[in-house]
Amino acid sequence: MKDQSWVTRLAFGVAPILVSALVSALLIILVGADPIAVASKLWSGAFSDLASASNVINLWIPLTLASVGLVVTFTAGLWNIGVEGQILMGALFASGVALHWKIPAPFLVPIEIIMAMLGGALWAMLVGSLKVYLGVHEIFGGVALNALANVIAITLITGPWKEGGNSRGTAPFSPDAVLPPISPQIDFSLLAFLIVIASFVIMWLALRGTRWGLQLKATGKNARSALLLGVPTSRSTLSAFVVCGLLAGIAGSYRVLFTFGNLRPLVSGGIGFLALLVVLLVSMRVLWVPVVTFIFAILLGGSAKLKIDLRLDASLVGVMQETVVLIVLLFSGLRQRIQERRNRIDHPKPVSITATVENQRVIGDSFE
Amino acid sequence: MNDELLNTLSSIIANATPLVIASLGETITERVGVVNLSLDGSIILSAMIGFAAAMVTGNAIVGLIAAMIVGALIALIVAAAGIELKQDQVAIGFVLTLLCADLAQFLGDPYARQPGPQILKTPIPLLQDIPLLGPVFFRQTLLVYFSYILVIGMWYWLFRTRQGLALRAVGERPETAFARGTRVNRLRYIYVGVGGALVGLAGASYSLSVKAGWTTPPSMAGDGWIALAIVIFGGWHPFRVVLGAYLFASLRAFATVAQRSANLGIPVVILNGIPWVLMIVTLVLVSSGTIERLLRVLPRPVQKFSRNFLRSDPPAALGTRFDAE
Repeated sequence: MKDQSWVTRLAFGVAPILVSALVSALLIILVGADPIAVASKLWSGAFSDLASASNVINLWIPLTLASVGLVVTFTAGLWNIGVEGQILMGALFASGVALHWKIPAPFLVPIEIIMAMLGGALWAMLVGSLKVYLGVHEIFGGVALNALANVIAITLITGPWKEGGNSRGTAPFSPDAVLPPISPQIDFSLLAFLIVIASFVIMWLALRGTRWGLQLKATGKNARSALLLGVPTSRSTLSAFVVCGLLAGIAGSYRVLFTFGNLRPLVSGGIGFLALLVVLLVSMRVLWVPVVTFIFAILLGGSAKLKIDLRLDASLVGVMQETVVLIVLLFSGLRQRIQERRNRIDHPKPVSITATVENQRVIGDSFE
Repeated sequence: MNDELLNTLSSIIANATPLVIASLGETITERVGVVNLSLDGSIILSAMIGFAAAMVTGNAIVGLIAAMIVGALIALIVAAAGIELKQDQVAIGFVLTLLCADLAQFLGDPYARQPGPQILKTPIPLLQDIPLLGPVFFRQTLLVYFSYILVIGMWYWLFRTRQGLALRAVGERPETAFARGTRVNRLRYIYVGVGGALVGLAGASYSLSVKAGWTTPPSMAGDGWIALAIVIFGGWHPFRVVLGAYLFASLRAFATVAQRSANLGIPVVILNGIPWVLMIVTLVLVSSGTIERLLRVLPRPVQKFSRNFLRSDPPAALGTRFDAE
């Protein structure tokens, strides 16, 4: 890709965004609304005051944690769709501690977060074990365990944990059990913010400069040859799942210990799926993760006012985000195609009647 | 009591039909070597569009056709992105799943909880009077009868015709098929389109028949993933896929009945978890070689017959890209 001029590169950077903005605008016009009004509502919903700006950070924190975790599993060539359930399990474990464990105040929050990490890792380990030991592809294991995590959460909320709460959530946690905001105006948690920065830096370093990171990459590129070269691929796979689960668990704990202050059904709010989109968009370049998650968090934060002010369903924001990812993927394919064609004109290959089959990441691989 | 049992069996057949049609659509898609992971979203969006089209025109047939077009278009996006743009079919399929589900919710808002046309049952004369079989199989909607024909037709096409041989060759050894003069990518487009149209039809058979109407969140959410798992359980063989779909619907119905009648004090939410536990258990049985081990216990002649039927290898070229240079 290096011999493409900066004009081409800029065009291919901007075009997908313009095209997806156009598609979204057409869609908004189709349902009889004004795209400009939607855009300005999204902007004011995200930045009109300190509270809404804090809300964006509050979405950015769990989204970035989950995305960094997913970079790890994607590096190992794994489709961890189960991240949504891992977030939920983190939230569940943190809530269990918050509601039922009698622990002195200074230790309570750290233990909640550690338990949340265990919960996320446990759920991720289940997906990983199903894959490694029983041959169930992680997409199917993940989808099923997401649904089961949801069932467990609702069962707990309406059953054993319903004391003081109702069907829409448990009783609010005690003030000692939740994360404090920086100040009443700047309404996000400093501790969580620092955890995000720390895990981002640690993962960035671990993936590029450690033996573990290299083994993950080798497993992700070609598991069979990695195994032949002595990489313990099963262990790499499981460790990637566990690391992602730990981070997803923290993300889940943030949702209950700060955002909501209690456990509710659908506590993750689709953050796991959004994180998958983020990672598809940055294609494993971990440095871009915080930037893209910030943009997605703005859209998500801004969407709150769509339903109230414009009577548009908030799913519009999901449509916009998914359109961007789809079109970026399609454009990157288009760009490769143009590049290849140009190379072929510059350096024509001898004509042969051979056919090649190129293996992409093959889903059927692990169905065996 | 007997009537009740017949009613239950008949409703199992009816409820399984969208799963049957969708998993057969995915079977033919994967047999030709393409993974269409967007099933869950495709079914939801085509259900919404199918219902909306039927409501606006007052004609259920229009709804069915609209849904089939939607399903085919989505599948063709997956195919084109894989074949022309060299993108990962799984990634495109996954993004499309989310996109279609959100799109359905966004565009379907005005149609939510509205009454609309439904496809009614059309008992087949003579056949409906057969004891036991008649009430269960032949007092159903036209979609159900179509699913019977589809199963047999797909089996015949795949295993008894030249075109079917070419189809399977493209999914197993595209380079060999190419060398023998098969136009690999053209066949892929055709069968992926047909498979997608079937998935769309499955969506419409939810919103126009089995779970008539449109709601947010959609009542059939999750069934697309189940259908994808049924294809694996079914070993990419039409008969076994259909068996899987019926088995699945039966277990679901059985769990519902057991819960309702026994008064075990289990909360109703747990019911929602049953399909997913079933999904994992069946995939474990298929993938871990448990079935293979069970087979070895059986007597020889039975083994030979059942091995053919119980083969569970995916098409060899599934998810790969083919370039004729």
